[in-house]
Amino acid sequence: MNFVRAHVLVCTGTGCSSAGAEGIISAFEDQLKKNGLDEEVRVVKTGCLGLCAKGPNVVVYPEGVYYNYVSAEDVPEIVEEHLLKGRPVTRLIHGDAEDASKATNLTDTAFYKDQVRIALRNCGVINPEDIDEYIAYDGYAALAKVLTEMTPQQVIDEIKASGLKGRGGAGFPTGLKWQFAANSPGPVKYACCNADEGDPGAFMDRSVLEGDPHSVLEAMTIAGYAIGATEGYIYVRAEYPIAVERLKKALEQSHEYGFLGKNIFGTDFSFDIGIRLGSGAFVCGEETALMVSIEGKRGEPRCRPPYPAVKGLFGKPTILNNVETYANVCWIINHGAEAYAALGTEGSKGTKVFALGGKINNTGLVEIPMGTPLRQIIEEIGGGVPNGKKFKAVQTGGPSGACIPASQIDVPIDYENLTRIGAMMGSGGMIVLDEDDCMVDIAKFFLQFTVDESCGKCSPCRIGIKRMYDILDRITAGKGTLEDLDTLEELAAHIKGNALCGLGQTAPNPVLSTLKNFKDEYVAHVVEKRCPAGSCKALLNYTIDPAKCKGCSACSRVCPADAISGVVRSPFVIDQSKCIKCGSCMEKCKFGAISKG
Amino acid sequence: MKSLEELKALREQMQSKMNVRKDDNETIRVVVGMATCGIAAGARPVLNAFMEEVNKRGLNNVQVTQTGCIGVCRLEPIVEVFVPGQEKVTYVKMNAEKVPAIVAQHIVNKQVVTDYTIGAAE
Ligand SMILES: Cc1cc2nc3c(=O)[nH]c(=O)nc-3n(C[C@H](O)[C@H](O)[C@H](O)COP(=O)(O)O)c2cc1C
Ligand code: SF4
Ligand code: SF4
Ligand code: SF4
Ligand code: FES
Repeated sequence: MNFVRAHVLVCTGTGCSSAGAEGIISAFEDQLKKNGLDEEVRVVKTGCLGLCAKGPNVVVYPEGVYYNYVSAEDVPEIVEEHLLKGRPVTRLIHGDAEDASKATNLTDTAFYKDQVRIALRNCGVINPEDIDEYIAYDGYAALAKVLTEMTPQQVIDEIKASGLKGRGGAGFPTGLKWQFAANSPGPVKYACCNADEGDPGAFMDRSVLEGDPHSVLEAMTIAGYAIGATEGYIYVRAEYPIAVERLKKALEQSHEYGFLGKNIFGTDFSFDIGIRLGSGAFVCGEETALMVSIEGKRGEPRCRPPYPAVKGLFGKPTILNNVETYANVCWIINHGAEAYAALGTEGSKGTKVFALGGKINNTGLVEIPMGTPLRQIIEEIGGGVPNGKKFKAVQTGGPSGACIPASQIDVPIDYENLTRIGAMMGSGGMIVLDEDDCMVDIAKFFLQFTVDESCGKCSPCRIGIKRMYDILDRITAGKGTLEDLDTLEELAAHIKGNALCGLGQTAPNPVLSTLKNFKDEYVAHVVEKRCPAGSCKALLNYTIDPAKCKGCSACSRVCPADAISGVVRSPFVIDQSKCIKCGSCMEKCKFGAISKG
Repeated sequence: MKSLEELKALREQMQSKMNVRKDDNETIRVVVGMATCGIAAGARPVLNAFMEEVNKRGLNNVQVTQTGCIGVCRLEPIVEVFVPGQEKVTYVKMNAEKVPAIVAQHIVNKQVVTDYTIGAAE
């Protein structure tokens, strides 16, 4: 065996893979060989590092130098300068640290330094396709401990004491869920995992599966032991090919090592896990729909009770937990419930992973202790709103979620505080909005999504949400009335109270919360026929100020609709009936004569 | 994998291979100056010798790494040794022959090899 003095970790998550990670890996291998370094420097594939938008991302250890936007052409320079001569290639280093001289280390960057990575502890740290690396980072130690030292009830008590709540959206206490299932009698039970992740913009669960699949398998096995199940299923979105691939590999390795199968660790506990591919419908992420979908039937929700803990998959007691929920479990067993409960706030323990997107500099995946103020996420970890624009709101929880307006930027992010201000935690999507985003249009976007995804089984959802959508469509087209706003609230209340499943019950949330926090914007649309954000095209007018126009004709030459006319050196005019509001003319005018409003 | 002991043994074996990625306070770091001046002065064989020696002794709490110019070109090749809780020690005018002594005395037994340090050279 040779001494390996450096590891080059190349992110092979979905983001970096699509940006060309494979080409970078082969470039490193070629260049290392060329420089005679291939024996002492190892190239390792790893999972998501978080800053997907700046990918492909590469980290070089032992220094922990974090390179962004790496291309295959940069690799010779990294090998010759950094790996041979010890001079990190500064132009590629992620540059957000306050102290530039310390910027070389990943953990010193503003993006990382306030994060606490528990669910993501191995993402971007180990090779997800190598069970040995997982084992080096305490992998399967929790399972060993549980099977050889703890009773099922002790496991449940530990999870209860940790305060862990479900990260899939509803926030139900995980230990309690396990207790219910453990209390249900019967020799056949199931421990399942929800990896359907349907919220637009969310990719927390995908990153865990891609970066650390064993942590989920190990946790499911522990859950199986705790409730008395011998089988489990992981229901994963078919649109996640890398995650599915790595899960399959992990299952194989886990079997080979005897962490799954019969008589695990020589005990009389046996457990096995099957993978089921999602059918692509958002509603299949709802627990009852998911279970019938695993049974091979059409994924439609059913009434609860009975709850899955009593009557779930194939009519047997079942627990279903989210990927991120499971990703916390082994850490809790290894470090103790107390250590977990020491993080976070009174009612919200531990950490939460968010997929930060929209108008924010550091788009990506972050894990923060519960109770972290929103301001810190936006301004420090997220690096602020780009282009000097004004922060307007964040939308959390996707199509079931709500918005947090800028006035509440100091709210601590935990279950209680978000509920208090009428927002919600959701599964972890966090979309940042700036002054150019129209809140009515945002609400409409999410409603469009739920209209498309409604399974149609019950009428409040099937018809009601479509009606709400139609009203929003009218408002954004400048054809809304003040009565429409009342109708929206009435419909919302009815749908929330009468829809069969969570999809319908929560679908009005984006409308209600924008109505509550941004009523004036709705009113501007219906009364003044004006979109304050300048985003609703139907309400926009581009006009030329004759006092400022020099008559240079530049605008009329770029107009794709031939809407601008005039005589050179005298003011031009826009024909509103022809204008398609593309904005090209405004960009082109050097004299600032064109404005929109 | 049938027992806890087996898992522990595998974990320890694997941890030594992943030591490079560790960022903690227990790791000893050997840093070899490898800028152009260092390479010209013969830093490469020194780096190789450190890797060989550490490997031979199976030390898994040691990182061997390289850095750019340390700044005193006339004393190259230069090696800095960081033992946690102790001051940095700078060895100068290094060659491969000096390496086993530094590994045996300084890294393993925590005794600085004063003859090779920058203090002795100045
Ligand atoms: C329409 C709808 C879609 C859902 N999609 C998901 C999903 O993609 N992933 C998820 O974990 N939970 C989803 N849920 C929540 C699940 O029903 C369930 O509460 C969750 O998987 C329980 O796991 P947890 O307690 O660990 O959060 C969805 C719920 C509804 C109503
Ligand atoms: S609320 Fe919507 S998605 Fe849920 S069962 Fe009814 S129609 Fe289907
Ligand atoms: S906004 Fe576009 S279509 Fe309208 S006048 Fe300007 S360039 Fe022409
Ligand atoms: S580009 Fe500006 S200044 Fe030139 S004609 Fe158009 S509006 Fe007038
Ligand atoms: S996929 Fe590479 S950083 Fe997220």
